[in-house]
Amino acid sequence: MQVTNKLTPFFENLNFEREDNTMVINFGPQHPSAHGQLRLVLELDGELVVKAYPDIGYLHRGIEKMAENMTYNEFLPTTDRLDYIASTSNNYAYALSVEKLIGLEIPRRAQVIRTMLLEINRIISHLFFIATHALDVGAMSIFLYAFREREFAMDLMEDYCGARLTHSAVRIGGVPLDLPKGWLENLAAFIAKIPEEVQTYEDLLTQNRIWKMRLENVGVISPEDALSWGCTGPMLRGSGIKYDIRKEEPYELYSELDFDIPVSDRCDSYGRYQLYMEEMRQSAKILHQLIPMYAKTEPQLMAHAPQYISAPKEEIMTQNYALMQHFVLVTQGMRPPVGEAYVPTESPKGELGFYIKSEGEPYAYRLKCRAPSFFHAGLLQKILVGTYLADVVTIIGNTNIVFGEIDR
Amino acid sequence: MRKYTPKDNVQKKSYYTDRFWVAPRVPQERVEKGSHFDMVVKILSGKTKLKESFVQLGQLRILIDAKENIQALTALRDECGYKMCSELSAVDYLAKDGEFEIFYQMLNLDEAKRVRVVCRIKEGEAIESIVPLFKMANFAEREIFDMFGIVANNHPFMKRIIMPDDWEGHPLLKTYPLHGDEFASWYEVDKIFGKEYRDVIGPENRDPARVDRYDSQRFSRVGYEVPFGETIDPENEKENPISYSETILVDYNTGSKTLEKRK
Repeated sequence: MQVTNKLTPFFENLNFEREDNTMVINFGPQHPSAHGQLRLVLELDGELVVKAYPDIGYLHRGIEKMAENMTYNEFLPTTDRLDYIASTSNNYAYALSVEKLIGLEIPRRAQVIRTMLLEINRIISHLFFIATHALDVGAMSIFLYAFREREFAMDLMEDYCGARLTHSAVRIGGVPLDLPKGWLENLAAFIAKIPEEVQTYEDLLTQNRIWKMRLENVGVISPEDALSWGCTGPMLRGSGIKYDIRKEEPYELYSELDFDIPVSDRCDSYGRYQLYMEEMRQSAKILHQLIPMYAKTEPQLMAHAPQYISAPKEEIMTQNYALMQHFVLVTQGMRPPVGEAYVPTESPKGELGFYIKSEGEPYAYRLKCRAPSFFHAGLLQKILVGTYLADVVTIIGNTNIVFGEIDR
Repeated sequence: MRKYTPKDNVQKKSYYTDRFWVAPRVPQERVEKGSHFDMVVKILSGKTKLKESFVQLGQLRILIDAKENIQALTALRDECGYKMCSELSAVDYLAKDGEFEIFYQMLNLDEAKRVRVVCRIKEGEAIESIVPLFKMANFAEREIFDMFGIVANNHPFMKRIIMPDDWEGHPLLKTYPLHGDEFASWYEVDKIFGKEYRDVIGPENRDPARVDRYDSQRFSRVGYEVPFGETIDPENEKENPISYSETILVDYNTGSKTLEKRK
């Protein structure tokens, strides 16, 4: 036990046997480059990191505990607060998990809208990544360019659901609203710009000498490490393993869409940066294909399953039995069948899955959010060792971790 | 008669129960002969004792003995191609069976198949850490320990991960209330002022940022200095151009006698 007084304050979780000539540095939790509330305790030998200890939990809100005490529909807006950079992907992953448990069929129009929202969120998240990552490394202007585009994407989200950050744009069983008038034209104008914008970022960065010096051979993750530490998404594909859940275990409309999965076998930060750039182009390509799909769909937006999903408003207002079922669903909440479901989805950060254990009650018996950033934060203790202090910020930025979903 | 509330499971309950209602079940399918999962079951049953295996929502779920988790996961990784463990966590069944359920969610990247390996342990038992097989368990097993109090043997750094080190209780247990227990509500007070200050501060004023203007040991006076520990008489305070902002006691429970006295 530590003996604490004013001169040697109590350090939680600090468990270092100091060797000669090493220095312990406390990075965060309020460091601007810590991307939220990461506290990183680094042991340095000169400028070389000998030991790294990521300390998380500063943003813990007990979301999994809250899930056990909220009905399924009540919990959905809470999922916005997991990965708050791309909220719809969390809403969707959660809704999909409950839908799998119930065995719902989602109307085609809702599927098209959901896939659009997911891809817009991917672009928003990747733009945020390149903006903050480049800013960490020292490229200021790219931040302004990327945030300008991100504003347009967030305007699209705002036009659809009214919120810019915490969207809650997906419901269990479909989507709440149809696309507003003129939205598809705005979307088409937005995605027409994306490839040239991405080209602008690449012109600024890809051959930039400083950018290459800061990223090449920094944060190297071998394929074995990537698998063992549970890396997913661009962190896995950046190590030469081609696995994208949209392609391999397709959900929603991804099996009908034509897109490529970029892979890089460079294993370093530079390769992953290139992946993010290419993924934005692919998202724009997916959105291009989705726009004509929308016109061919029926106007139904929510699945028809009166036991679980409230009927449309006209039916509730006109039919007695629909009103009764709606009343039960609102006051008690839906009761999915007894069983468990783990449904993986490809969020912008990696594999986001919700494990839901239902005991047939309106409250989930257990909900576990498999957040990609949680495992990427764990990986820091491996990849930071042997790097220089100046590269630490680059690596943290490049792992693209978000503390909302790490601490939950 | 007062309503009975079970203490071993304080999770929110539905206010309406129908005793004739039978909850439907998510269909459990048999493992098809000759399928990929059949191969997995065959290989695993040679290595370990499989208690149960079925396919649910396209994923194989197998129940094994908790002592054999290393053998089962090694066989899955090396012989069946399940190279990644994407998730591991626990479910609290203490109130029902006196057991925890621990699951390992495995992924085969070549076949795009998923297997959930489930095992059960009694309260107070430990599992063997799978960090030698999958490094991702380093954080995940610490989280299980933090949230449920399940210890993983031979883990390199078995400490709390999300809650503070000096926390008491394990928040995801069913016995742990949603709004925290008594320890949780006094955590900041205990840490900053000490346990004896619980009575001084009182539940109605449990603010970790509370400033006592008459305490010259912990706080300095605004406007002029006084010797450390000097008692300040609220009646004859020195003239001071700067005024203090007073803490307003919020009367949560009207008619509380202690609160009246404090005021």
